[in-house]
Amino acid sequence: MATVAEDRLFGKSIKRREDPRFITGRGQYVDDVKLPGMTYAAFVRSPHPHAVIKGIDASAARQVPGVIAVYTGEDVKVGGLPCGWMLPDIKVPPRPALASGKVRYVGEPVAIVVAESVYAAKDGAEAVRVDYQPLKATVNPKSAHDKGAPKLFDDIPDNQCFYWTIGDKAATEAAFKSAATVVRQPLVNQRLIPNAMEPRACVASFSPAMGDLTLWVTSQNPHVHRLLMAAFILGIPETKMRVIAPDVGGGFGSKIFVYNEEVVACWASKTLGRPVKWTAERRESFMNDAHGRDHVTEAEMAFDRDGKITGLRVKTHAALGAYLSTFAPLIPSFLYGPLLSGVYKIPVIFCEVWGMLTTTAPVDAYRGAGRPEATYLVERLMDRAADQLGVDPTELRRRNFIPKFTDGTPYQTPVAFAYDSGDYEPALRRALQMAGYDALRKEQELGRKQGRLIGIGVTTYIEACGPAPSAVAGSLGAGAGLWESGQVRVHPTGAVSVYTGSHSHGQGHETTFAQLVADELGIPMEQIDIVHGDTAQIPFGMGTYGSRSACVGGSAIFRSLEKVKEKGRKIAAHLLEAGEQDLVFEKGAWSVKGAPGKSKAWGEVALMAYLAHNIPQGMEPGLEATSFYDPTNFTFPFGAHVAVVEIDPDTGHVKILRYVAVDDVGRVINPMIVDGMVHGGIAQGVGQALWEHGIYGEDGQLVTGSMMDYALPKADQLPMYETDRTVTPSPVNPLGVKGAGETGTIASTPTIVNAVIDALSGQGVTHLDMPLTAEKVWKAAAASRK
Amino acid sequence: MKLPVKMTINGQTTSHEVEPRLLLVHYIRENVGLTGTHVGCDTSQCGACTILMNGQAVKACNLFAVQADGASIQTIEGLAKNGELHPIQQGFWEKHGLQCGFCTPGMIMAACQLLERYPTPTEEQIRHQLEGNLCRCTGYHNIVKAIQWAAETMAAKK
Ligand code: FES
Ligand code: FES
Repeated sequence: MATVAEDRLFGKSIKRREDPRFITGRGQYVDDVKLPGMTYAAFVRSPHPHAVIKGIDASAARQVPGVIAVYTGEDVKVGGLPCGWMLPDIKVPPRPALASGKVRYVGEPVAIVVAESVYAAKDGAEAVRVDYQPLKATVNPKSAHDKGAPKLFDDIPDNQCFYWTIGDKAATEAAFKSAATVVRQPLVNQRLIPNAMEPRACVASFSPAMGDLTLWVTSQNPHVHRLLMAAFILGIPETKMRVIAPDVGGGFGSKIFVYNEEVVACWASKTLGRPVKWTAERRESFMNDAHGRDHVTEAEMAFDRDGKITGLRVKTHAALGAYLSTFAPLIPSFLYGPLLSGVYKIPVIFCEVWGMLTTTAPVDAYRGAGRPEATYLVERLMDRAADQLGVDPTELRRRNFIPKFTDGTPYQTPVAFAYDSGDYEPALRRALQMAGYDALRKEQELGRKQGRLIGIGVTTYIEACGPAPSAVAGSLGAGAGLWESGQVRVHPTGAVSVYTGSHSHGQGHETTFAQLVADELGIPMEQIDIVHGDTAQIPFGMGTYGSRSACVGGSAIFRSLEKVKEKGRKIAAHLLEAGEQDLVFEKGAWSVKGAPGKSKAWGEVALMAYLAHNIPQGMEPGLEATSFYDPTNFTFPFGAHVAVVEIDPDTGHVKILRYVAVDDVGRVINPMIVDGMVHGGIAQGVGQALWEHGIYGEDGQLVTGSMMDYALPKADQLPMYETDRTVTPSPVNPLGVKGAGETGTIASTPTIVNAVIDALSGQGVTHLDMPLTAEKVWKAAAASRK
Repeated sequence: MKLPVKMTINGQTTSHEVEPRLLLVHYIRENVGLTGTHVGCDTSQCGACTILMNGQAVKACNLFAVQADGASIQTIEGLAKNGELHPIQQGFWEKHGLQCGFCTPGMIMAACQLLERYPTPTEEQIRHQLEGNLCRCTGYHNIVKAIQWAAETMAAKK
């Protein structure tokens, strides 16, 4: 029987319930799945960025011991991979599961080899001979637009997939005409390669007896996987397909999308009648996981005589890669342009985006997805402007902050978004206080005299979480709804199973969601089970991305909790022979106001709901509820970050001396978990600022195709982070939460770059494009010495 | 061609006939069925595959199974004794040293060696010793804290 929980858990740093399995090596990731009769797949991939396939000879491969079958694009009869977000006049190139006719990026899968072991499959893949006629590559989103650039698709002129704008062009032009000061800065937001530590993997198992297909896949959204694969690609009823995303080792966006490999593995399993497993080698992840960012931008900001922003104008060429990944068009459009107002009052904005096809891996959402690109742009411009106007960068930000709005009235920006609630100055104040800003500036001054290059970087940012509502998303081109489901099933003992459409791949939902349930029902966490990641158990769900799990997924669960409590209250009132309005629910029991002796515990009520011996007349037995929660708006977390860096003048090496993060993510369910997400987010953003860069050579080869060449942040390169929060609840959802998964990444990139440029400001450096490697920084510093 | 290998893993003897090219990490995961040791890369950068071989932390993707013939191996599954977590495991739990958990077994095994070398490590020593282990989730802050917690707890137990 359910017992009574002690205290409210909302806001407490409860240790994670998922950890015992991970720290003992008992996590169950996709590559840990082993089925009887299992076969193993390897893919033959294009070594060319762009080529015509003249012929494929698999005869030698078929002779390799252990090889069962080899299939090419001609054999695999499935639909192409769909794109789930449309924009006006968008040209969507067909994306076959295996290349047919032509290859368009290095690593594009051309054939699958299925064998009795992984090693045999790889031997087989080596033995497949493909005859290519190489064509020219085009890797840069700007030059792909040039007349004469190699064309990826005959019917897509100039490689332009879409042209998209937001804002008021004429008004913005007028603002620039009358500006007192204009700040201009071309910016490159370089290509990043996500690198979740667990490589992507899948196990497809078709049961010839039952005719159904089970797919274990590294997915952030198993239902989306099932819907797209069943309805659009494989052409089988959803009822015949089950998708399981078990423990998943990080996603950061890269595991939202439907990829070639799982599609072909499903088809092969169906064809062979045996389970097929594929696990990416890291080099395959580099080549075929969707990449992030890759913008080439020109940005200008106009100011009046008082240093107030009067307009912002942006032109961006965004690389989309060779094909459109699942949500590719969304990222450089609606997740980018609408963020350009930042935390500032900007009367007019105009933003143009050219979505460009390039002979590279597809580009899609990567932690932050559009929002880091926008924030980097705005925050770099603010620092450039402060420099140009001769004011302190914190002062310029303060001057332009949107004034506090916390009464439920949203702030309407000129680029579609209506911010839910915000109070920006206190976060900046707190961050500067923690950092000791004034003292830092003095120290910097002193250091300069001694030849030290110390820099202080500040960013005040906004973020948009939990994209919503569905109707608006649909009108903007979404091929999916953006609600979430949450089912609460109360068992006769009063214990509770929660089925959530959100998916945890590191976020700790088994803990945070249980905290919500424990609070609402007054039962201990041990009696609460959070189930996620299995389409056979969960009604439907949209999954986890865009920092939406707490604000949308959590709210859906909350709604269901209200519903089961509502029914429970009716049963309790019936049992206590009291009016519902006379009952209070406290510490897991209903009691009659003023008669504390008369009470019914949660467990007793649950049991009666199932015994149904004595429930109100006409009431159905049982106690469970399902909710589909569709928020009315995004939520808008914000904050202020400060970094202190020192550059070694002899080597150009950037050392981070301090990192202060003050975030406002609304109300916080589990501070320990939120801090952890902020830490990890900061590290990823620092990675972009200083080290990470997915480089394609002009010849179209992926130069940074392994962890030896692509510099992921390491423990000895990062400091301890100093974190704090302000709390401005979101009026959008019943929990008041805003979302915390991406804030760190969004804020830390410009914070670090601002700090490095600040350190070099004495040398006359006003901007460097990322990553700010030692070599680049040294050269910039050295140039000024000449 | 297959060769016999025999080793002790977490105190249990295992023996198989394997291809000479079989990596030790695949042997542990596939032949022995201990899937706590992970594979995160193909260039020996990530450390997800870290185990103890004859008491030394090694990357199991960097060795052939036949090279471990006769060795005594410890993996993450063998670290807790009689249902009691090792202080390093406990430290990761207490200090939220993990999110997705994929790097965690390797981190914990690397930390075993780290604390043997430096029973009272400085923050700098911890960070330097973890240079061969990548984590994409935590930003390392809480991993450092977890190892500090373990060092203190182990010192107090002595
Ligand atoms: S798998 Fe061994 S170091 Fe990455
Ligand atoms: S916890 Fe996810 S990689 Fe370290």
